[in-house]
Formats: sequence, C-alpha cells, structure tokens
Amino acid sequence: MGSLTKIARWIDYRLPVFSFIDHELRAYPTPRNLNYWWNFGSLAGITLVIMILSGIFLAMHYEPNVATAFDSVEYIMRSVNYGWFMRYLHANGATMFFIIVYIHMLRGLYYGSYKSPREVLWILGVVIFLLMMATAFMGYVLPWGQMSYWGATVITNLFSVFPFGEDIVQWLWGGFSVDNPTLNRFFALHYLLPFLIVGVVVLHLVALHQHGSSNPLGIERKEPRDSIPFHPYYTVKDLFGLGVFALVWAYFIFFNPNFFGEPDNYIPANPLVTPPHIVPEWYFLPYYAILRSIPNKLVGVLCMFSSIGVLFFLPWLDTSKVRSATFRPIYKWVFWSFVFDCFVLGFVGAHSPDFIHVTLGGISNQFLGQITTLYYFAFFLILLPILGKFEKTRPLPTSLSEPVLRKGKDRRAAVRILIFTFLMLSPVSATEPTAPLPHEVWSFQGPTGTFDRTDLQHGFQIYKQVCSACHSLKHIRFIDLAALGYTPAEIKALASEYKMPSINDDGEPAERPALPNDIIPGPYKNEKAARASNNGALPPDLSLITKARVGGPDYVYALLTGYQSVPPKDVQIPEGMHYNPYFPGGQIAMIPPLSDGLETYSDGSKPSVNQMAKDVVTFLSWVAEPELETRKKMGYKVLIYFIVFTVLMYIVKRRVWKNV
Amino acid sequence: MTEETVKEKTEPTRRDFLYLTASAIGAVGTAYFAWPFLDSMNPASDILAQSSIDVDLAPIPAGTAITVVWRGKPIFVRHRTPEEITAAQQVPLSELMDPEPDKERVKKGHDQWLVVIGICTHLGCIPTGNKPTQTRGKYGGWECPCHGSLYDTSGRVRRGPAPANLAVPPYAFVTATSIRIGTSEAAHG
Repeated sequence: MGSLTKIARWIDYRLPVFSFIDHELRAYPTPRNLNYWWNFGSLAGITLVIMILSGIFLAMHYEPNVATAFDSVEYIMRSVNYGWFMRYLHANGATMFFIIVYIHMLRGLYYGSYKSPREVLWILGVVIFLLMMATAFMGYVLPWGQMSYWGATVITNLFSVFPFGEDIVQWLWGGFSVDNPTLNRFFALHYLLPFLIVGVVVLHLVALHQHGSSNPLGIERKEPRDSIPFHPYYTVKDLFGLGVFALVWAYFIFFNPNFFGEPDNYIPANPLVTPPHIVPEWYFLPYYAILRSIPNKLVGVLCMFSSIGVLFFLPWLDTSKVRSATFRPIYKWVFWSFVFDCFVLGFVGAHSPDFIHVTLGGISNQFLGQITTLYYFAFFLILLPILGKFEKTRPLPTSLSEPVLRKGKDRRAAVRILIFTFLMLSPVSATEPTAPLPHEVWSFQGPTGTFDRTDLQHGFQIYKQVCSACHSLKHIRFIDLAALGYTPAEIKALASEYKMPSINDDGEPAERPALPNDIIPGPYKNEKAARASNNGALPPDLSLITKARVGGPDYVYALLTGYQSVPPKDVQIPEGMHYNPYFPGGQIAMIPPLSDGLETYSDGSKPSVNQMAKDVVTFLSWVAEPELETRKKMGYKVLIYFIVFTVLMYIVKRRVWKNV
Repeated sequence: MTEETVKEKTEPTRRDFLYLTASAIGAVGTAYFAWPFLDSMNPASDILAQSSIDVDLAPIPAGTAITVVWRGKPIFVRHRTPEEITAAQQVPLSELMDPEPDKERVKKGHDQWLVVIGICTHLGCIPTGNKPTQTRGKYGGWECPCHGSLYDTSGRVRRGPAPANLAVPPYAFVTATSIRIGTSEAAHG
C-alpha cells in the first residue's frame, strides 16, 4: 500500500470525504437505461460552476455605479486581458443555462420524475429555477444599458400591484426610481444568489441520491442488474454530452456573441427615454406574454407569478399512477402540445400586442396570447388532474432490464434534443427597421471575415475629417489605432494634434497636447454644448454604433447614403431637419455628411460617397468590435479542440458501454 | 479509497491508450480554460501602455527636482548644481552605507540629471528635498519625514534606518533635454 493511500485512509477515518466521493460519484448505483435527456442535470451543474467562475473574474473589473458601470463593461471588453471572452462566455452562458434547465425540467415533466417519492426533489428544482430567474434578471441590469435600465424598471414595478405596492417598489429601488442604490444592491445580490443556488443544488442532489434517478420507463429498479455504477458509465456519457454542449456554447461566444442580445443594450441607460421595442431576454418571453395578454394589471401580474408557482404543486396536480409518458398515450400528446404552447407564448412575447398574425387567419397577437395562456393553465389545472383518472395507460414492463424496450431509444433521444435546442434558439425577436435595409457585403462579416487595413485607415480619415466634427469615440485611445497599421511615431504625432484639458502649476485650467494613451477627445465639452450646436439634437457617441443599432453596419451605411433631398409629398420636414427614410421617423438633424470630392485618399484617389460610407462603416465596426479578429481566431482553435474532445469521448463511451 | 483495487490482467492495450489520450485531452483543455481567467488579472492594455512616460527636462531649474508619476510611483528628476555633482562624486565609497559610485547612478555625459524612484527604501514614505526650501538633511539630498533617513545628492542613503540607496528606474535620453522613463533602450524618436 502506497503512502498516499495511507494518508488518504487516515483522513478518511476522520473526515470521510473519500468514501463520500466513492459512494456518491463512483459506485452510486444508477439505472442502466437512462437516455440522453438525463444528461442535462450534470450539464446544468457544470454551467453553474462556469457561470460563477467567470462571474467572479468579471466582478474584479466591473464597477457597480451608474456613472461608470456601462464604461467599465466596455473597459472589460476592450482593455482587460481576455475580458471580451469572459463577458461573452458569461452573457451567452445565461442563455445556455436556461436552455439546459428548460430541457431538464421538461424531461422531468415528460417522464413524471416528480412523482412519489421525488416530490421534494422537484420542489427544490423549482426553487433553483426561481433563484436562477432572479439572478439572470439582476445580472442583465448590471451593464446599465437601455434594456438593463428599462427591464429593471418594469420588473420592479410588477410588485406595485400588491398591497403597499408603492412602498415595496421604493424599498426595492432605494429611491424614487431605478438609480444608483438599485444598481448597487442588484450587484450585491447578483453575486450572492448563485451561492444560494449552489446550496439548494446540494439539497437537490441529496434528495436525488436518496431514491436515485428516475428513468425513461418510470418503474422502480427491482434487481441488482437494473443498476450500473455512475462511474465510468455516466461520467463518460456526461462528458460526451458536455463536448456537444461546449460546441454550441463556443459557437455563440466566438462567432455570434450578440445573437441573443438586444442592440439597445449597447446604448447607455437613459432614464428619460424608453426604447421603442422593449422585450425581455428570450428565456422570459413566455411569462412576459402571459403578463401582457391579460388586460388587467393585477390579474396579469398574478397570472405571471402563478405560471411558475403552479409548478410547486405539480406532483399533486398530476394524478396518474404511471410516471413515464411512454405508457400514457394521451398524455404524450398533451405534453407535446404544452411544449408547443410554450414556444407560441415565447413567440407572442417577442412581438408587439398589436401584431396581426396573417397566417393564423388575421388574429391579433394579444388574442393568441390569451388562448395560449389559457392552455398553459388548463394543462396544469384541468388536463393533468383529469387525465390521471381517465387515461387508459399501456402495460408497464416488469423490469428495467427487458432489452426489447431499450433498443434505439438513446439515439432517438439525442436527435430530438438537437431539434429541440434549435427550436429554443428560434424565438428571438425580429424588429423591422423603418425602411428595409439594403445588405452590403462586408469584409469583416462571416466566420472568417477580417478588417481590411487600408479600408480602416481610409475610414479613420473620413471619421477624423467629417464625423469627429460632431461625434465622439469615448472608448478609443490613440494607441488603439496601432491595430489599423499606424506606427507609434505616427500615433504620437496624431495625438499631439489634439488638446487635453489639464491644470497648470498655478492651479489654473490649461491645455496640454494629448498623449498616445489618452482617449480621443470629443468635439464638445458636455452634452449641453453638443445640443446647443446641433439644433437640440445630441450626436451619439460612435464607439458602439454598429452594435447599438438593429442592422448594424448595414444600418449605418444606409443612413449615410440614404438621404433624399426631396422628401415624398406626404412628409413634412421642419426647418433644420433632413429627410432620411432609414432613420426612425424619417427626420434626422444630421446634415448629409458626405459628398463627392469631399476627401482625397493618400493614394490620390477621390472616393465616391458610397466608398467613403463603406470605409467609415468598416472603421466604426472595428471601433465597436476591436476584438473581432482575435475572437474568431481563438474560436477556431476552441471548436477544433471540442470536436476532438467530443469524438474521443464518444469513442470511449462506446467502449465503456459495450457490454451493458 | 476502496478496499478492492481492480487490476487489469492484460498488458497495455489499445483501450488503455484511448483512455489515456482522452484524459490527457481533458486535462490540457482544463488548463487552457484556466488561462484566460488568470491572465485577466494581469495589468490591462491601458495600464501597460502607461509603462513608459516622456519627461521634458528643460523647465527644471538647477538645484531643484520635480516629481513625475511612473507606474503609480513618484519619480524624482533632479537638476543638480555643479557643487552637488562634485559632492556626489568625491565622497569616498568607504563612507557609504550602500557603496555605489555616482557615475553608475547617472547617464554618461548627463551628470547634471539624477533620476531616482522617490520612495524611501525603509518603509515606503516619500522623502522631502525636491525644492531648495525643503528639508534636505546634512548630505544635501533628501530627508525622509517618517524615520529620518538621509540621502545625498546622488540619492544614496547616508543615515539609516533605510538600508539601501534610492533606486534608479530604467530610463534613457531621447534628446539632450528629454528622457523616457520605463525603457533602458536608447529611444528612436
């Protein structure tokens, strides 16, 4: 016996950690017939750990203050080493976590996993889900963009329907509106709640290991050969599942990081302007749809809370003695129609209440929401209790080890999970801009796109000569321009053209030449000065413009090239405004900024308006996503790694399971 | 640990190789996954960019020093008078607590410029003496207000409790009247 084993024994005799691990993770007897739907519990656990880990490191750089929160997130994205990776991992992680947990819950619903003796296991799961929703909501507030702010306002106002509602809401806010105290406490709670989740997860696992996992047949294990040890059988199966999951997650992090986000959240919070299309994150859309479908405020809020509250009573609402839907011919259909109903609710939530569904015979979105809400509750409160009494179930097998039932189940489950995941990714809102945008071809788009350095330098020239007269770039330092191909000497010379405010030795305000590490100074001292010079309009900062508008680069390009000097007959353009069909409302204060012959490039060419617009949009896209090239490059390495990992784990799994 | 250890009867097989490969791939992946998080705690790009600064020497009158901030630390840039240079050069090394000739503490041909990190080597206070009107102690350099350490006109410690001379940061002359602190290479431009 080695000395390590001796030490381990000595510790284990006093603190039985090793026996515990051996008993609960290795030898733990698990039903032999679990299919791929049973992968999602461990995936949820792994996701929780990754979320906490990335969250802790993000918190080292984030500043929970209304004055600096938005900028600190941009600082993470641009200056912190791998900051963009940590943030995209964390933000997309929330989406991944909900996909995993929704599948995990629906699996329980389909196979009746919540039935005796696993009622408490299920209830603990619902508690975890509630804590997750609170955590996700407060996390979404932290970047302090427009959606953060208005999401926080709307959700906290939900509590105003209760008795003493106004007082409750003020208590939640710590003021008379969502403001700095709100942001501070949300940050504190966003950091705390995940650890509470860990605590409840431990209880969830204790309850799970008391009676062991349920299984696709829904009958209890009777003989020893019904069980296999958790390790290596399920560890390797879970690792294979992890590989597939990581591929999906990594795709979004590296190649489509803002797919689930709203462009409006790249606009700093403004307490005086609500964005025109305010929608919650996709995972809240069904509840949001229930809230909106009911025309009475109190009833709507109560229904929304009940839609989750009803889950606590599920073990008693479902009266069927048979657990698995496999043997419940009618419930099976009721279940899938419930899943479909949830997707439709999500779809309803993503569209405005006035939206008319032409394909559905012209019914309004509100009406569709009401039908689906009705079905949602009917499923739990009417169908589940009644079905258990009247449904004629199919005969149950006598043993888990009856081989006939096992064949092919596993692979079918895997295929269904894939289809299901993609369905869940679909209900992302598509808001139509004012006029349909023409689509340009951009060098930096697509999975392999990169920025053309010449276009970037030309674009910077246009920015400097034209845009910067009214717009700022407050997240870009001169030194960042090195990425455009400028030398340190050129950057230093460029910086010295600008003046920075400073204080001289006598304490008087003075000016000094800008240094390479300074932010490129904007044209105005403050917002009032900017408005005064622009007919009351505020030229937006351009650091994030291609991320902060629906349509991104296409929108900015269309705006720059889409001015029409003669507006249509039915449009009245007031003095000082200009007609541009791509700008919401059609009236824009910005004068047409580009004209032919305005600039000469260093190669002597005279670019056309379209060429200038294209170059400057390329430059602004780089400004918004300077990490883009690094991100894609790293993405390929990560994808290749996880493909190898997944294939290997699949082969190992096949080997390990050969004789089961 | 379990009582029974299951021993493979056979020699290393293709299966063992497969398991080892899978474990190795997993371990390497985990290590790579940890790196972005650890690296995120290193200085960010804007902080690294501050790691060198340029100082214009022209406005510093002889006999005084200015304080500039480099990497969050005070740097004393002192324009020494001829008398101060002579005093620094002529003191015998045997009289010094931390013997170091003056010529190794300044750049060749720039004897009038002394650049030191302005942090007392005892416990981190900032010594006084940049302006002629401030207390400089009897060696004419700096005096630490916390525990009374004295430094001479070469920034060398002459009376404790400080154990070592004021440190000289890496720097180089860009032109005759400007230096770049943070790099010891002769700068180009």
